[in-house]
Amino acid sequence: MTIFDLSTEGRKAFHLPKEESYGYDPSDLLREDWLREKNPGLPQLSELQVIRHYTGLSEKNHSVDTGFYPLGSCTMKYNPRLNEKVAGLEGFSQIHPYQSEETVQGALEVMFNLQNSLCEITGMSNFTLQPAAGAHGELVGMLLMKKYFELRGESNRKKVIVPDSAHGTNPASAAMAGFEVVEVPSGSNGRVALNSLVEMLDEDVAGIMLTNPNTVGLFENEICEIQEAAHKKGALLYYDGANLNAIMGHARPGDMGFDIVHLNLHKTFSTPHGMGGPGSGPVGVKSFLADLLPVPVVNFDGRKFSFDYNLPNSIGKVRSFYGNFGVFLKAYAYILSMGGNGLKRASEMAVLNANYLRVKLNKLIPTAYPDICMHEFVLKGSKLVSEYEVKTLDVAKRLLDYGIHPPTVYFPLIVDEALMIEPTETETKEVLDAFADTFEKILKEAKEDPSILKAAPQKTVVGRLDEATASRKPKTRWSKGT
Amino acid sequence: MPEFPYLPQTNKDVEEMLEVVGVKSVSELFKDIPDKFDVDISIPESKDEFSVLRDLKELSEKNITLDDLSVFRGAGVYKHFVPSVVQAIASRGEFLTAYTPYQAEVSQGTLQMLFEFQTMICELTGMEVANSSMYDGASAAAEAALMAVRVRGGQKVLVSGSLHPEYIDTIKTYCFGSDISVETVAFDSETGQVDFADLEKKLTEDTSGFVLGYPNFFGIIENISEVRTRIGEKTMLIVCADPIALGILEAPGKLGADVVVGEGQSLGNSPSFGGPGLGFFASKESYIRKMPGRIIGETKDSDGRTGYVMVLQTREQHIRRSKATSNICSNHAFNALIASIYMSMIGSDGIREIAKRSFDKAHYLAERIGRTDRVRLVFTGPFFNEFVAQFDCNLKEFNERLLEDKILGPLELERFNEEMKGYGLICTTEANLNEEIEFFAGRLEEIS
Repeated sequence: MTIFDLSTEGRKAFHLPKEESYGYDPSDLLREDWLREKNPGLPQLSELQVIRHYTGLSEKNHSVDTGFYPLGSCTMKYNPRLNEKVAGLEGFSQIHPYQSEETVQGALEVMFNLQNSLCEITGMSNFTLQPAAGAHGELVGMLLMKKYFELRGESNRKKVIVPDSAHGTNPASAAMAGFEVVEVPSGSNGRVALNSLVEMLDEDVAGIMLTNPNTVGLFENEICEIQEAAHKKGALLYYDGANLNAIMGHARPGDMGFDIVHLNLHKTFSTPHGMGGPGSGPVGVKSFLADLLPVPVVNFDGRKFSFDYNLPNSIGKVRSFYGNFGVFLKAYAYILSMGGNGLKRASEMAVLNANYLRVKLNKLIPTAYPDICMHEFVLKGSKLVSEYEVKTLDVAKRLLDYGIHPPTVYFPLIVDEALMIEPTETETKEVLDAFADTFEKILKEAKEDPSILKAAPQKTVVGRLDEATASRKPKTRWSKGT
Repeated sequence: MPEFPYLPQTNKDVEEMLEVVGVKSVSELFKDIPDKFDVDISIPESKDEFSVLRDLKELSEKNITLDDLSVFRGAGVYKHFVPSVVQAIASRGEFLTAYTPYQAEVSQGTLQMLFEFQTMICELTGMEVANSSMYDGASAAAEAALMAVRVRGGQKVLVSGSLHPEYIDTIKTYCFGSDISVETVAFDSETGQVDFADLEKKLTEDTSGFVLGYPNFFGIIENISEVRTRIGEKTMLIVCADPIALGILEAPGKLGADVVVGEGQSLGNSPSFGGPGLGFFASKESYIRKMPGRIIGETKDSDGRTGYVMVLQTREQHIRRSKATSNICSNHAFNALIASIYMSMIGSDGIREIAKRSFDKAHYLAERIGRTDRVRLVFTGPFFNEFVAQFDCNLKEFNERLLEDKILGPLELERFNEEMKGYGLICTTEANLNEEIEFFAGRLEEIS
């Protein structure tokens, strides 16, 4: 039942302080046709009804707090409650973006310190915290490239190379900055095919977007050769930080030769995904790109923190104000809690957890690439089809019946019937063992009676939903009597 | 082995796991990373949660908080009364720690909530469809400008000079990416509304869209239906609305808007130094396949039970890649949850009441100010809860004095426009009690 079905005319959950009106009524002072004819149809409920409705909805969700969430490339690690407490401190949550700088020195200090921490972790020289999400950071990165080449009089550089294993946001972001996207194939070892890449590099290429480790969970070990080839041709190298969780304290994108990086604070730095956001996608650059960053950036003169709007070549703003400050706080609290040593250890445990699970699952379903992986790995589900006559989707849906969120499925596109698994460092060995056991059990079910998988899930609040009809004739809002 | 928060592996676990993997040490797992990249990052050592909290609390106390101030400053971020229920529900981990609802069967809470959010946004804006949120008002407005080009063709977008300056900047940045030209339409220096002569001068065959604020940055209510008539049907009318104002102002959808976007912070979200709030994005149904962002739809499962799923995903980047309508992936779903709870709490009468109070207080304050000698109301156009006053004194110094009296005074518009020296943007909401208004008005009178 929707909240609108619960609504009863005249019921109220909200009372303002009793105050005298000054007598300025919109209906006396505004043109009649500008006045709202009828109230917006918001629901009318009691306070307890609101509480019960949303509590009921929350119980229909799987979440990190309620169960294992091994979604590849999403880094569904534990979201520490300390971080929430920090972001909720009055001195942080109740400040206005247009207060004078003297009255928000604490906030500016957090931003300045976070900028510096991210520089140190990634080996870049300057950071902007403004982008609201990973894809937003990618857009900033691509706009920086565009502006850089425009200033150099090299507007002919219209192409951006992305691997065929890349996240969809990479080509979409490059396209939004006006670039033509060229795909470079992956080799049989799951890494960028260096020869093809070198062949593609010409004077029209603005840059290459890479994730390292890449989306199949392997480190691009020819990164030195890639960066040399790119820079020799005058192209820039862009680092998608989706997988930074694998290498913190072990290697830095800046040292690998990347010119621009974006990070996902909601992945690597433990801030919650909140059902899809808010995230935060800071962008770091090498010093030669620093004066192109969005304004403002935060500076410190040894005495006072301040906003610097004076970047003459700035690409401009990509949103209002300074970014998702509430998210910065959570990421900063995480960095302080873990420390440099703890961040390094987190990456190590993420990689250990992934390899442990890889070896256990590899006995059941082959991994797409046999090597030691980084923080995640991909299973090739084609055996499910050929041997068990079920699909990856069926296994995923059956996992739901066992209270486990399935891995990322059918991505990356280069692996047939892919299952992409990222356990993260915050899971115990027991959880990984239980997951492997469940996986084995499901395969046994598939062998004996595949219809169980095809009819899954059975234990969830709804079964498989008709997405095709929902998109053909979209009903995207509630309306009375339907 | 040192202990770290959030890492559960014991020494014994690590040993056993390494053995299963078939390597001798953790460092062996990193063999693919060339040795030359070895690094010791210089970040202070780990700390317990109590020490971290103490340090950050100390930093937070260097800020002056809105809770300790009478706030007469808005300009896109507003202080409102927020019912306790909002935070109580929003702290639930089942909402906070869930991912994007790709597995619909275990995300029905998220999906239904967002479906209801879309409905509430449609109700407020008078539009037929809404998506499940954008990053903020500015980026929503920029995405709307790009959509206008997708739908209508052309390579030019007009923005009103009275739109929030940071929104104008954002639109320009997005349009730079897509090689779309952006021209600013002047506002009438007397009324503060769109200058129709300038609008008609700049409107050309290839103008894809026109973006304006409702109310605009100066608090002035634009004549939307007149704008609709002037720009004709070919150019898309994009209205950037304040959702609280829609408690009393006619829904832009009823006045001819094609797209309505805006910032939803004022719907129960904390100011948080400007983020995260949320953007909302609503449009006519005929454009639904050209819209950016995630859209939730109602459907049935195989047993005929009602459920919710993400619809029209073929518009989105994970399917369409470089041909997607936008690159947006993460949105601000959690802030949409906060907005939904807030709207459920205040209800249809509440939003009207909040809007009426904000209006009443602002008009009273404006009248008091109008009576003084050294402060002048700048625009004659009708306004909602914000207005611009010109101060015959050093506004910055005046604001410093107000702060000593715990008042966050008028926003100095000089920061956006040098010609607006001495101009202050003043805001009231239902959270300004009458006694605060009287006190502030008294301070204003003292300078005259």
